[in-house]
Amino acid sequence: MMLIHCPHCDEKRPEVEFAYAGEAHIVRPNAEQQQAMSDAKWSEFLFIRDNVRGEHCERWWHANGCNMFFNAVRNTVTDKFIKTYKIGQKRPTQAQIQKWKSAK
Amino acid sequence: MSDFRRQNRGNVDNNTKVNFTFDGKTYSGLKGDTVASALLASGVHLMGRSFKYHRPRGPVGAGFEEPNALVTVHRGKGRMTPNLRATTLEIYEGMDVRSQNKWPNLKFDIGGFNNIFSPLFPAGFYNKTFMWPKSFWDKVYEPFIRNAAGLGPAPKEVDPDVYGSCYGHCEVLIVGAGPSGLAAALAAAKKDQRVILVDENARLGGSLLSSGEVAIDGKPASEWLTKTIMTLEAAKNVRIMRRTSAFGYYHDNFVALAERITDHIPNAQIGQVREVMHRIHAGQVILAQGAIERPLVFNGNDRPGVMLASAAQSYMGRYGVAVGKEVIAFTSHDSVYGAVFDLADSNIRVGAIVDARASVSKDLLAMAQAKGIDVHVGSVISKTTGKTRINSAEVYNPATGQKTKIKCDALLMSGGWTPSLHLWSQSKGSIKWDVETGVYLPDVANENCVCIAACNGDFGVETALNAGSKAGGGRKKYDVTEAEWGSGEIFDQLPNYITPKKTKAFVDFQNDVTNKDIILAVQEGFKSIEHVKRYTTNGMATDQGKLSNLNALEIAAKALGKEAPKVGLTTFRPPYTPTSFGAFCGYRTDDLFEVTRKTTIDPWAEAQGAVFEPVGVWRRAWYFPKDGEDMHAAVARECKATRDSLGIFDASTLGKIEVVGPDAAKFMNIMYTNPWSKLAVGACRYGLMLGENGYIYDDGVVGRIAEDRFHVTTTTGGAPRVYRHMEDYLQTEFPELDVWLTSTTEQWSVIALNGPNARKLIESFVEDIDLSPEAFPHMAVREGKICSVPTRLFRVSFSGELGFEVNVPSHFGRQVWETLFEAGQKYDITPYGTETMHVLRAEKGFIIVGQDTDGTVTPQDAGMSWIVSKKKKDFVGKRSLQRTDLVAEGRKHLIGLLTDDPKVVLEEGAHIVADPTQSVPMDMLGHVTSSYWSESLGKSVAMALVKDGFNRMDDTLYIPMPGGVTHAAKVVKPVFYDPKGERLNVV
Ligand SMILES: [Zn+2]
Repeated sequence: MMLIHCPHCDEKRPEVEFAYAGEAHIVRPNAEQQQAMSDAKWSEFLFIRDNVRGEHCERWWHANGCNMFFNAVRNTVTDKFIKTYKIGQKRPTQAQIQKWKSAK
Repeated sequence: MSDFRRQNRGNVDNNTKVNFTFDGKTYSGLKGDTVASALLASGVHLMGRSFKYHRPRGPVGAGFEEPNALVTVHRGKGRMTPNLRATTLEIYEGMDVRSQNKWPNLKFDIGGFNNIFSPLFPAGFYNKTFMWPKSFWDKVYEPFIRNAAGLGPAPKEVDPDVYGSCYGHCEVLIVGAGPSGLAAALAAAKKDQRVILVDENARLGGSLLSSGEVAIDGKPASEWLTKTIMTLEAAKNVRIMRRTSAFGYYHDNFVALAERITDHIPNAQIGQVREVMHRIHAGQVILAQGAIERPLVFNGNDRPGVMLASAAQSYMGRYGVAVGKEVIAFTSHDSVYGAVFDLADSNIRVGAIVDARASVSKDLLAMAQAKGIDVHVGSVISKTTGKTRINSAEVYNPATGQKTKIKCDALLMSGGWTPSLHLWSQSKGSIKWDVETGVYLPDVANENCVCIAACNGDFGVETALNAGSKAGGGRKKYDVTEAEWGSGEIFDQLPNYITPKKTKAFVDFQNDVTNKDIILAVQEGFKSIEHVKRYTTNGMATDQGKLSNLNALEIAAKALGKEAPKVGLTTFRPPYTPTSFGAFCGYRTDDLFEVTRKTTIDPWAEAQGAVFEPVGVWRRAWYFPKDGEDMHAAVARECKATRDSLGIFDASTLGKIEVVGPDAAKFMNIMYTNPWSKLAVGACRYGLMLGENGYIYDDGVVGRIAEDRFHVTTTTGGAPRVYRHMEDYLQTEFPELDVWLTSTTEQWSVIALNGPNARKLIESFVEDIDLSPEAFPHMAVREGKICSVPTRLFRVSFSGELGFEVNVPSHFGRQVWETLFEAGQKYDITPYGTETMHVLRAEKGFIIVGQDTDGTVTPQDAGMSWIVSKKKKDFVGKRSLQRTDLVAEGRKHLIGLLTDDPKVVLEEGAHIVADPTQSVPMDMLGHVTSSYWSESLGKSVAMALVKDGFNRMDDTLYIPMPGGVTHAAKVVKPVFYDPKGERLNVV
């Protein structure tokens, strides 16, 4: 079982407390943007997701804990969490991810 | 004392006899024996039959890697465990052990004719057989295979034993208590940290229990062992777990252990915990699992009496048991010499050592000569004889062509050593091929984990002790006197003068896979080792290929003309050894298998004799039968009573979410299709929620309790996902909104009162609320008191009748329910369950999300466009509703169906067609979603999702059923009862 660091609780907690919540940094367009979008563009927002082999930015929910959603960079091959961070923080750059990795 | 037992050898108690039965016959062994050692001491090698050919088999090993000696142990009713390894089962007085996979008995087995016809059972036999006509498979092959083959029978009764489950934490987890594991534990114990040392055996010591003369720091190994165990047992920070298998290695050093507690105890009582599954989080894991000796693949290598040299040494060292009176060894590795000398010193006649290698070290040859043992260098065993036990072997020298027959009653083989990488690989540590020794070794760790000593390819006791000490963080260097470990050679094929057609050299003993099967698989085009494995079933037996994987790899690689590492190794997966289902379940059986949620009113319903149904994890009263009524009669009565006078229903399971805050209305506008800003305080509104994809996600009535407070209800099953859905949008898309969400499902008991007398009933109990129709209209909510307790009283109706939903704090639920029920007697108040609730709502055409919708239904499809705001700029799902395919013609619509024969109640889920005479497969238009007998209307009513349904009003459609009956039904609007809604306004 993985131990996941919740950035809100600032604690490593067992995986069973968390739920995966899909890819991160997909911003919901506002009303005006939605209306300006073609069906194809809207479908892309709804359904199309990256299928990364390697470092993936994704959302997790501390469902059986503090109830907060947060973001994480996780390696989809090793399953290892590289970093978790709060919603609203910018998507980390590759350089930043590499820095986190080497700091581990 | 039998001829096969050596006094004062091994860790058995020579003074305590233990009697047990094997296939009904009584044998006696000594305390400390395993089933295998006790049987071998009695001269019995035949312990099982192989899976496919039913060949007679004896133990090959002496431990958990054993593929052959699988037995069933009976411990009373429901306590039968199949496929246990006789080599690891400790005997106890009265133990009932039975062999498997034989009929009528072990010595004479009819299934053995599979063996004679074995050319008919080549590699891929199962796959190929599946290709034959299906009828043949069902009627001929499968019954035959099921009867003739197979492992032990699965138990058919409920297991009455109790299993435990617990978590554990430690800084250092050491798997394996051989010399390296013990030295690691000693070193780690000296630091201020928690250490767990596990070993699958009853005795700690590993190879030290059976190695020849070894001295550690100048003292006999056995002395060191005793002292070490005492030291570790005395250390408060060390936990020693015997009879415990580490079988699974998961993320973040999470290791699963199965501890067997009572299987070795006579008369273990039911209620005593039989096994415990430990889930350990470890800071560091030290894998000290050793290596497993590799069998040699030669003609006749599966005859009872043929076993690993290390196994023979174990039987002598651990149990004082000689595996034979005159033995032959066949090897390609130096380590066998030490084992054989040890046996010779234990008064076993060694007829010969046959060494497949072209040359052997002079020292070894000299030592053999000194003990009077012939060594046949550059020779092989070309065949063996003996029906249920080996009685001779033929030595063949390919260089000279010379053949020599040697009598023997056991043949010890050694093809070198395979480090145990199972857990290491499960941890996703990488492995690398070692060209010199022809094995895979650990490479780069993925977790905080090290593999030490023999499971790292480093052999010898001194090496092991020093590796252990270092891994445990110690600096101690051990000084050991021991025989040299030496080296070996790997042979993928051993030479033989006999044509391959007439030989049988087994690679996987349990699954009867021969070298020919693997070559055949390659010839038939299988190139990946994973495919070869599945096609031949090599390594797929309960031993998980512990003995066979590397031999299979060598043979496949040779056949493919590739280097072994280019062919690769099959993936190691948990469990490392077979683990009982009981251990996995732990205490989570029966009532603890799954949570059952009950309302506070549930016990009342139970006392009334309600029949219950599960709804999600809730248990809900389904109907309340009276005087032997069946469900149909009970529901008809409940419906009529509710429509005529008064029904009472426990609606507490409704999901409830309190949406609170200055921006609550704004948030509701986003989450629901309809508008909320102008909803007056004290008013209710039905709300429809969509997913962002535009499909109906949930629904429910919402009451505005205050400007900044909404009491939201959801479907019973949908509460958790609706809550999550709301939290998701609130936290991640609209964090600027000042809103709090609280799940209040269990805070409120909800008593639904429906029927013309509903108001009359509550009038005398309600305080601080004006119940008059003018002051308290339909779709309103008031706060006040009922039966002297606080209430949120909703005037809503899911039945079409005058209705109230009485919300009171949960702990008052039953009290209020009973008060109302008592007072309601004068109105013939009738408790009803979910079935009647469904009938009443279906008569009104109210949908149940998840029953009448299926995740692909839009509000338009459900005929609910009226609830979708055109003015709101944004709500979840709005943009999707404009997608071309969601506004396209010809989508499935929710319509009503009235059967031509009003007595026919359609089956929910039944398919609907326009023309029942068309050929199969028919063009299906949709399916029935809800269907009930309506007592009030005297006919059946149904709802259905039908392609283009709104444009088929008054058409007749058909519902063909299995058995040839076809029902006809007319398409109507899905409102069957009181379409104008007049009954809500009863004064
Ligand atoms: Zn948290």
